[in-house]
This record gives sequence, structure tokens and C-alpha cells, in this order.
Amino acid sequence: MYDDTEISREIANRFNIERRDFLKFCAAMAATMGLPKGADAEIAKAITAKERPSVIWLHFQECTGCTESMLRAEHPTIEKLILEIISLDYHETLFAAAGHQIEAAREAAMKKNWGKYVLVVEGAIPVKDNGIYCKVGGKTALQLTKEVAEGAAAVIAIGSCASWGGMPSTPPNPTGASGVPEILAGKPVVTIPGCPPNPYNFLSTVVHFLTFGALPALDHLGRPKFAYSRLIHENCERRAHFDAGRFALEFGDEGHRKGYCLYKIGCKGPETYANCPSILFNDVGSGSWPVGTGHPCIGCTEKGIGFHKPIHALAELQNQRPPAGYPRVVEEQGTGASIAAIATVAAVGGLAIGAGAKLVGNLGKNENGQDSGKQG
Amino acid sequence: MVNHPIPSEVARRLQKPRDGHAAIGGPLFTPFTLALGVLIAVAMYFLAQRFIYGLGAVTNINNGYPWGVWVVWDVVIATGFACGGYAMALVTYILNKGEYHPLVRPALTASLFGYSLGGLSVLIDLGRYWNFWHILSPTYAQPGSVMFEVAVCISLYVVVLWIEFSPAFLEHLGLKDVKAKLNKVMFIFIGLGVLLPTMHQSSLGSLLVVYGYQIHPLWQTPLLPLLFLLTAICMGFAIVILEATLAAAGFKRDIGPELPLLSKIGKIIMGILVAYLVIRIGDLIVRGAMGTAFTSGTKSVMFIIEMALFAYPVAVLSKPANRARLSRLLAAAMSMLTGAVLYRIDAFLVAYDTGPGWSYFPSAPEMLVTIGVIAVEVLAYIVFVRKFPVLPGHSTTAAAE
Repeated sequence: MYDDTEISREIANRFNIERRDFLKFCAAMAATMGLPKGADAEIAKAITAKERPSVIWLHFQECTGCTESMLRAEHPTIEKLILEIISLDYHETLFAAAGHQIEAAREAAMKKNWGKYVLVVEGAIPVKDNGIYCKVGGKTALQLTKEVAEGAAAVIAIGSCASWGGMPSTPPNPTGASGVPEILAGKPVVTIPGCPPNPYNFLSTVVHFLTFGALPALDHLGRPKFAYSRLIHENCERRAHFDAGRFALEFGDEGHRKGYCLYKIGCKGPETYANCPSILFNDVGSGSWPVGTGHPCIGCTEKGIGFHKPIHALAELQNQRPPAGYPRVVEEQGTGASIAAIATVAAVGGLAIGAGAKLVGNLGKNENGQDSGKQG
Repeated sequence: MVNHPIPSEVARRLQKPRDGHAAIGGPLFTPFTLALGVLIAVAMYFLAQRFIYGLGAVTNINNGYPWGVWVVWDVVIATGFACGGYAMALVTYILNKGEYHPLVRPALTASLFGYSLGGLSVLIDLGRYWNFWHILSPTYAQPGSVMFEVAVCISLYVVVLWIEFSPAFLEHLGLKDVKAKLNKVMFIFIGLGVLLPTMHQSSLGSLLVVYGYQIHPLWQTPLLPLLFLLTAICMGFAIVILEATLAAAGFKRDIGPELPLLSKIGKIIMGILVAYLVIRIGDLIVRGAMGTAFTSGTKSVMFIIEMALFAYPVAVLSKPANRARLSRLLAAAMSMLTGAVLYRIDAFLVAYDTGPGWSYFPSAPEMLVTIGVIAVEVLAYIVFVRKFPVLPGHSTTAAAE
């Protein structure tokens, strides 16, 4: 059993939170990733270790939405905890320092933790014209990415921009915005696409890495399988409406107000892989995701769909097909007997009774005839 | 002097029972068969519509009344009519009354078509008929369901009927070796031919027990399986009388030799009907539902008509003199059959109330399909008795025509 008496005191002092709250956070992390029982204790052990892994966070062509999303991940104390745990050594948005001072901090951190630090990239990297369209401290995004990735133990691309180009790569893509996996071809890169991505998909990946020293299982696009192995359509709360053929046909119509399926106004849920309907956003309860609020999914996690296909365009159904026919809106309860039906019953019934009576009568006559014949 | 058996005839047939059948021959194209052909063509037209445009285009069934005449008549009633083979096998082989043997094969022929077409009718009535095999597939089957039992029993019984009937084909084709081999194992199929209908004819009643309060108390009772079984056996015997009479009238055959057997069957019918009426009315009294027989509007009227149709045969057949007269036997049998038909229609459709607003009355095209199915059965029976050794071979007049 993991003995946490010492850390409970330490954490209470360091972050000014209750030990119980800290362990609850660890359990929540384990549950998000679907890890087995006991993993929460391992997480607690890993994130209270004295040697906190260094993290270098680079920003390129982006809107900082991913960072904003991260900052709203939990209650402030827990969010502070995360920043403390991973020893964030370089982050342009969160640093108080500026200019050459922070570039020096980055280089110092890289030198000190060479081969051990985690690189997080937020934003797309322009490659056109040798990447001159995005520079930090006189270096292009292209140069910086390659330079920092060289000594990184793991590379995580957060957001759709870093994963595959995202919004800056929208056709005609004037700057040649590209994702990290394209720049660092050959090096394994975890991608956490989304605009913004759900912070828990990122946190869970990082905590998995810290705890087990390895990245979680990834799909062919480098996305953690625990978060991106299911279509949004499969877990959507409006799925029953799709199956029953109840669709919103335009914004504000009756179907839209009643919460029907948004497929016909361009929802990309049927072709987008993400766990949005399962874990929702911002810890505020049900309905807190785009489709839940009445907007069709734009497919932000999926290359070639988000920022590429028009929002109103129909999704290409992957593994579901709507039925060929739908039940009618007005249920038919039967119309009673028609004149033709009554006539048929009367004709057939009359014919049967008549023929039966005639046959019985004829037989009776024969019998009587025979009897009287015998008698006579 | 028709009320006395002819000892020599009976003795001859008892000695050589298996040689007693002959194809009667005669023309296949007559005004009557052509009329049947027209009815079948009409049914085919509506069936084509059903398969192109769906059930809703032809039938009046709805989600409240998913079972219409195609189930209630073509399956529930038609398999009851087709119980002739079952009833005759029961007395001939199980009760070991060899004297009835001449009547087995004609009864079996009617059963063959009744059941085969009943099975096909299920296919017509299934919305997604291409999934029909699911109920029999071990991966889909639900062995705890009454429907499963009905489906399996009817499917197996159709196969058993064809095997039971196959000696007629084999005789016709001259395959004596095969027939001899088959006869050695025939007792298995005869056993199954009695077991399977006993199971599923009672289960047709069990289907309604599952409906619970949706069936009116005049019909809903835990004894439904027994009542359905008794009426099915009665229908089987009554249909034998009806068939023998119609075959005699239609093919101009002498009914005389068969009359003593039909009289005895009349007595059996009376016995079973008495038991049925005692159980039915006794059950109503015990459950305290007898009062509703006079206070339930249309349902009461239907119930009283039904009871009268069951009581009439008992009254007629209780007199030995009446049992010796074919006309009275026929009248009793037809009354019994009408009563049993009404019992099934009442229990499945009239007594069934699934909630406010729902109603069902079959559409004309729906009924024309059912009439067409009956026409197929009658036509097939005519073709078979003319071409295969089915009817007792004591008359040569028709063959000479």
C-alpha cells in the first residue's frame, strides 16, 4: 500500500489544499483514462515526486484557446497543482518575464533536462518561404520546433493547429501552416486535436506519461485511443432522434427547439472521432458541449473536416446509415370497416352459409327420398 | 339403410388397409377450378402490391393491431382446419382404431396444404420477411418464448406432414423400395405428427394468455391453451366430415362405405364439445366473468353466437338417429367449424382491446389475399386427389368419367 502520510503534509503546505481533495483529483484522472483500480495511488505517487519533469510549451500560429481551455480545467487550486507538478519552464502566456529573459530560461531548462523534458506545441507551424510567417525571438517556428524536439522525451501537439494545421491551414492555406507530426517526421508525436481540445484529454495523457513513463495507446494519427476511438455520433445524446428520423431542418425551427438531431443542418458528429458527448466541457453538467447547446458539430478534431468542409455541409456517414423509411409522424390507428370490406365479408359469409345450407338440404332430401323409397 | 355399417367392406379394408387408396383421375379444368384460378390471380395481384409497396398498401393492420386476418385466419384458423391429419392420426394410431385408416390420407392431404400455406402466410405477414429465419437460428432464437415454440413446431410439422404424405408420391412414382424403407421408420413421424400439433395448437392459446388484460375476460383465461387444443381437435374431426361430404358431392362418389366411420367421428366431436363447453362455462363462472356475457355490447353478442354454434352440434349429435344421417352430421360439423372459427376471431381480434383509439377491420384486398390462399388449398387438394392415390379406392365412377 502506498504510504502518503508524508506527502499529505507536504501537499497541504505547498498548494494549500486538503489531502482528500488531492487524492480525489488523482482518482478523477485515473477514471478519465479508464485506468485500473489502484492507478490513482500510482498517480498520487508520481505527481508528488520531488523531481518534477520539466515541460516546455511553445506557441505558434494559434489563438491561445488551448491554453485558455487548460486554465479552466478544474478548481483553481487543482489547476495550480498541475502547473506546479509539471514544472512548467517555458510558457509565453503564463510567464511573467519577457524577451531574452525567457528565451534564456528555455535554453537553460533544455540544457539541464536534456532528453527528459516534455515538449508541448500549441499552434500550427508555417512552412512556406522557410517559415518566415511566424517568428519568436528571431527564430522561425520551424527552427524552434526542431531545436526543442531534439532533446525532448515526449512531444505533445495540443489543439487542431498543432495536430494537423487546424484553422490556419484552411484552404488556400497562404502560409503553408502544418502540424507538428509533419515537421517532425519519424519522431512519435501525440496529437490532442480539438478547437479547443478538452483539457482532460491533455491532462490525462500527461499524467499517464508521468505515472507509467510511457504514452497511452495511440491511433494511426497519434491520438490517444481513450479519447478519440469513438465517433461523436455513437455517444451523442441526440442519437435516438437520428435513428427515429427526427431532424432539425433549420436553426430555430420546431425540430431545433425540441432538440432533434442536427445531422441535416451539417452536424459532423457522424464522421468525427472525439469523446465530447461523453466527458463534456467545463464540469458544469449535461448539455455543455456544442451539440448539447444546439449547434452542429463542426468536426474540429478531424483533419479534412474541421475548417475544411463548410459548416452546413452534410457529414459523410461512417458506420451508420439512416433507415430507408421512417415511421409516420401521425400514427395510424385503424380506420374501421370500409364498404368494400363489409361487402366482401357479406358475400363470402353469405356464399358459405348458403352453399352449406343448400348442401345439407339436398342431402336431407336424398335421405328422405331413400327412406320413403325403402318404406314404399 | 344407411345407418348400418357394411361388415364385408369394413373387414376388407381392415385386412388390406394400405391398398385402399386410388387416384380418382378426371379433368383438372372445370368451371370450379377455373373460378379458383381467378381468385388466386386476384390474390397474386394484391400480394405483388404488398411486396412492392409494403404491408400498409394492402392491409389495415396498424401498430395497435399488428395481427390481422393474415395471421388470425391464414395461420391460427387455417392450421385448425388443417388438424384433420392430426385428429385422424390420434384416433387411428395412438388410440389404435385401425378402422379409420381410409380417412387418414385424405385428411393428411388437407393438413398438408393447410399447414404449408399457413407457414407461407407468416412470411407474407412479416414486415421484414427476409429475417424470417432468425426465429429458428440458435444465435437469434429465444427459447423461452411462446412464439418460438409455435414457429418451431409448425415448421417441423410441415416437414413431418410431407414425410407422412410421401408414400402417396412414392406409390405414384413406383418407388416401392424407398416406400418400404420409409415405412419402417414411419412410426417416428407419426409420433411427431401427433406431438407437434398438440404443442403448438395449445400454444396458439398461450399467445393470448401473454396479452393479459388486453383480452376481454370472456376469452382471457389461463385455460386458453386447453380450450384451443380441444377446439383444434374438434375442428380436425369436423373437417374430416366436411371433406368426405364435399368430396362425395364434388367427385360424385358413393359416401355409403364411409358413413359409419363418420358417425363415430360425430360421436367423438360431441364428446369433446361437451367437455369444452363444461370447461369454458365452468371457468367463466369460477372467474366470476359470466355476467360480462350480457353486458359487453358487441363482445357479448359475439360470445353468445359462438356458444350457440358450439351448442348446436351437441344437441344434434346427441341423438344416434341424427348421427346416422349425413345431412345432420354435416350441419353439426359446419356449425362446429363456424363456432371454432368465430372463437379464434373473437379471441384474437374482437376480444382484443389495446387501448383507446385503436381499431382494426380487414381491408377488402387483405381478405381477397386470404380467399386466394384458401383457393390455393382447395385447388391443390383437387389436383392431388385426381393425380395421387389419396381417397379410399372403393368408387370407380369418377375415374371413369
